[in-house]
Amino acid sequence: MNPDHLKYTKDHEWAKVEGAKATIGITDHAQSALGDIVYLELPKVGRVLKKGETFGVVESIKAVSDLYSPCAGKVLAVNSDLANQPGQINSEPYDASWMIQVEVANASDLSELMDASKYNQYVSSLK
Amino acid sequence: MAKRTALYDEHVALGGRIVEFGGWDLPVQYSGLADEHLACRSAIGLFDVSHMGEFHVSGPSSEKFLNYLVSNDISKASNGQAQYTAMCNAQGGIVDDLIIYKYNKDKYLVVVNASNTDKDFAHATKVLASFPEKSGVTLTNESSKYTQIAVQGPKAIDLLRGLSSVNLDSIKTYWFAEGLFDKKIPCIFARTGYTGEDGFELYVEWNQGPAVWRKLVELGKPMGLKPCGLGARDTLRTEVKYPLYGHELSDTTNPLEAGLGWVTKFDKGDFVGKKEILKAKEAGLKKKLVGLKALGKLIPRQGYSVHSSETSDAMGVVTSGTFAPSLQYSIAIAYVDEAFSKIGTQLKVKVRERFLPVEVVSTPFLKK
Repeated sequence: MNPDHLKYTKDHEWAKVEGAKATIGITDHAQSALGDIVYLELPKVGRVLKKGETFGVVESIKAVSDLYSPCAGKVLAVNSDLANQPGQINSEPYDASWMIQVEVANASDLSELMDASKYNQYVSSLK
Repeated sequence: MAKRTALYDEHVALGGRIVEFGGWDLPVQYSGLADEHLACRSAIGLFDVSHMGEFHVSGPSSEKFLNYLVSNDISKASNGQAQYTAMCNAQGGIVDDLIIYKYNKDKYLVVVNASNTDKDFAHATKVLASFPEKSGVTLTNESSKYTQIAVQGPKAIDLLRGLSSVNLDSIKTYWFAEGLFDKKIPCIFARTGYTGEDGFELYVEWNQGPAVWRKLVELGKPMGLKPCGLGARDTLRTEVKYPLYGHELSDTTNPLEAGLGWVTKFDKGDFVGKKEILKAKEAGLKKKLVGLKALGKLIPRQGYSVHSSETSDAMGVVTSGTFAPSLQYSIAIAYVDEAFSKIGTQLKVKVRERFLPVEVVSTPFLKK
């Protein structure tokens, strides 16, 4: 279910780590819990994030949810197309629905991320 | 532990996502909010509303008692007619909004909000205790006796025609009749609802709920019927600006501010709260409930403050707000200072640290 090549956080974000770059989005569990997503707010390119800092907001019809950065770093790219079509997150939360790309400031931040099987277990434990 | 309606197992079987609401375990959604909302507007939405409270009021002094208890004039309702009304406290605040189904002058079914059932019954009991003609009134709480199912949407009547012993086309909006559901189950067919669509609310004996629900799902699915949860129920009513207790209505709002002046009759004799409501009317209303259309992408929600466009001073609060699936933009219902309540007024709603431009618009937001 959750792609093996990605890493995951307890807040239901996924991260694709490529060297010193991390591309971040939210997982299938997150989009399902939210329901129909109608609004997405993303940061500006160049913003410097702390680990765990809120980088944006996603809203469904019923709920508002902060988005947390799994690592410290500078925002290199933002998926503004997604901000115009936030409903896509519901149908395809991975890959095309990436939200931000960050230049990882501390590689050690990434060591706390879960792999797919750990995350699958974590999600099961929440049910 | 939260209470369950007779239909709990049906909701689980249909994939309902169960949440706790006012002490009840109910589905907030099945297939998704937008999907359910749109199905109700285009075909049929099916709702379990058994958590609502029901009281029986009967006896020769019933009409007098009810007219003292509520703001509307129940003597103006005909036999077989339903009437929407507010019920106020002595300070003129709203205890609840409710519907009274009048069988005849001496027999009524009163349906109240789930979250207020105990409070309303205690209030009505207290008012009755000091009512001079109380010996001519019997008031009982029958909430656990009824399963209530709402069938709402343009095709609702098409689905129900073949399942009703009564001629449903002859029941006008806000009227009701007793008959048999599917030739066997005693049922009240009421042409009332909370969605802004045509449709019926069915009242049957508690244990008959599953049989009625299953039949409706079986015959309704091919017609586009979708079971709808609390989430869709909320977006549907917001689009037509129906108030929700705890949002637009509370025991510190008076009916005139809340836009319920149309169900508040000052010419019918005394009723609980009348004096205070009249006082507020004479002093001039300080705040009013308005509809706001979002002019940007941010979503206004309950509790967000409303500000003047020029000065950015806060002078109001959002009572309900959502993205509206049938309109494809966000809307809000809000209390604002009377001076800012005219249609066309440009205002701002504070959403986190930003301001969302909004405009006061006429309601209902969705015109039918």
